[in-house]
Amino acid sequence: MNHDAYDDDYIRSILNGVKSIAMVGASPVNVRPSYFAFKYLAQRGYDMIPVNPGHVGKALMGKPFVASLADIDRPIDMIDIFRNSSHIMPVVEEALRLSPPPKVIWMQLGARDDAAAEKAEAAGLKVVMNRCPKIEYGRLSSEISWMGVNSRTLSSKRAPVPTQGMRLSLNRTSFGGGQTAASDRAAKNRTETT
Amino acid sequence: MTDRVPGFSTLAVHAGAQPDPTTGARATPIYQTTSFVFNDADHAASLFGLQAFGNIYTRIGNPTNAVLEERVAALEGGTAALAVASGHAAQLVVLQQLMRPGDEIIAARKLYGGSINQFTHAFKAFGWNVAWADPDDIASFERAVTPHTKAIFIESIANPSGSITDIEAIAAVARKAGVPLIVDNTLASPYLIKPIDHGADIVVHSLTKFLGGHGNSLGGIIVDAGTFDWAKDNKYPVLSEPRPEYHGIKLQETFGNFAFAIACRVLGLRDLGPALSPFNAFMILTGIETLPLRMQKHCDNAKAVAEFLSGHAKVSAVNYAGLPGDKYNNLQRKYAPKGAGAVFTFSLKGGYEAGVNLVSNLKLFSHLANVGDTRSLVIHPASTTHSQLDDDAKVKSGAAPDVVRLSIGIEDKEDLFADLDQALNA
Ligand SMILES: Cc1ncc(COP(=O)(O)O)c(C=O)c1O
Repeated sequence: MNHDAYDDDYIRSILNGVKSIAMVGASPVNVRPSYFAFKYLAQRGYDMIPVNPGHVGKALMGKPFVASLADIDRPIDMIDIFRNSSHIMPVVEEALRLSPPPKVIWMQLGARDDAAAEKAEAAGLKVVMNRCPKIEYGRLSSEISWMGVNSRTLSSKRAPVPTQGMRLSLNRTSFGGGQTAASDRAAKNRTETT
Repeated sequence: MTDRVPGFSTLAVHAGAQPDPTTGARATPIYQTTSFVFNDADHAASLFGLQAFGNIYTRIGNPTNAVLEERVAALEGGTAALAVASGHAAQLVVLQQLMRPGDEIIAARKLYGGSINQFTHAFKAFGWNVAWADPDDIASFERAVTPHTKAIFIESIANPSGSITDIEAIAAVARKAGVPLIVDNTLASPYLIKPIDHGADIVVHSLTKFLGGHGNSLGGIIVDAGTFDWAKDNKYPVLSEPRPEYHGIKLQETFGNFAFAIACRVLGLRDLGPALSPFNAFMILTGIETLPLRMQKHCDNAKAVAEFLSGHAKVSAVNYAGLPGDKYNNLQRKYAPKGAGAVFTFSLKGGYEAGVNLVSNLKLFSHLANVGDTRSLVIHPASTTHSQLDDDAKVKSGAAPDVVRLSIGIEDKEDLFADLDQALNA
């Protein structure tokens, strides 16, 4: 699996397939990227569970924080890890001990741990690294186009008017294989030199 | 579903545009409104806090402008773009994100005269210092690098000379210096040159020229290549440090490879205010749909006119990179193999006087200060756009007293030959 660039179909199948997402490192502070992503994904209809031992007793958008993945009372499809690269491995190991295990491990923008990815993939999980699920969802649905972002998708169909809780269609025609070549190349060079 | 890469012409027509959500309108509607209603208080707060995608107020973003932004981002191969009121506004907004008083920018000496003025005088007043370098001498860029350097700025095809810049060589200097390379791609348009493929980190345009293409609307755009790591040396605190305007958000951390475009929007456009009218965005979008067709015709006509002038008795020299033997012909074949653009200069045996006479005797060419119109245009830079420069600077920027600049339109080329011939012989 090439983790320098992902085909849109790969990201699309994940975002279309999962229903429940546990966010490890979710923050109740409303300027943190994890808060943005949590709120956005909840508004797009995902069953979100905030995981952060420092905030147990509080809630994020009405969802109570849990201290660890083991404390979640229902099966989870995807674990979205909002931690630095150096804190990924223990989360992945904990995820693999769950029964049933999740289907997807997703690491936030800026986070990448190839060894942890290999471990998860060996256990049959799908892995995404160094991406934001909010940005990817917004891109594939073209909702992010409001911000002048190149969604790298085309459609001749009428766009829906998004409303609260609505899942958007991600099935637009992709171009560029879901990559912005120059940007992905630069990111790859960066990981190789650090 | 297989991912296939549509061609340039398909993107020029489709990228960013889909039928209107409420009416099904197929052409992009002109959302001629200042403001957009919020669904509820939480939605409003989310939008203002940059947590949600959506529209607030046209100074910050507008759905018509967003289509233009995505289209140009797609054509240039960038991650995102921001449309603004003019090419000059694009330059201002870009540098506002990068520069603080006392910082320096290295700029190619061969720039549009208005950009030379903007950098020399307006930016100087902000405490942004410019170091000029010669695009024909790459080492002059290296020599200009100091610890205060924050960016390098060049034109892909320079106005007015039509010379081609070795983008990759200068990109290498920028990379070594750890600063972004900004390329003004106005004269080439992405149809001829895609600077991001050659190492540019930011592309700017005056949309007023070939992208709009019809000489009817001013506009500018900033394209983020998504290639630069703003957090690396902490040299660009606007992108890497918490923003007090947004309760401590860090832009690169939050927006990843399109953080620069977001900074230009939510700090630059929001606070400086040079918003593009949605009506202009619509006109420019319509122009872009035919960019590949027009640009090829512009280039083919320009080459024919350059050849015609080369053989004319009243002409002492023609500087068109598309001519074999031109100083820039090798660079043109590398960077712009489809054509050398529509703007070039030639020199008259009769000097300054002859230049002034030529522009007044032409009947089809319009004497005005613009390029990239469907119509053929002419100007005598030494007495107009570059008149504020001293003689030495005029020569160095390609605007010597005997030089005339043409911007060749998409008319029938025989009519252009005839008009030039009668005016040269008048
Ligand atoms: C190469 C170049 N850059 C920038 C500009 C400035 O653009 P605007 O007039 O849209 O501000 C021009 C205008 O002539 C230009 O030719």
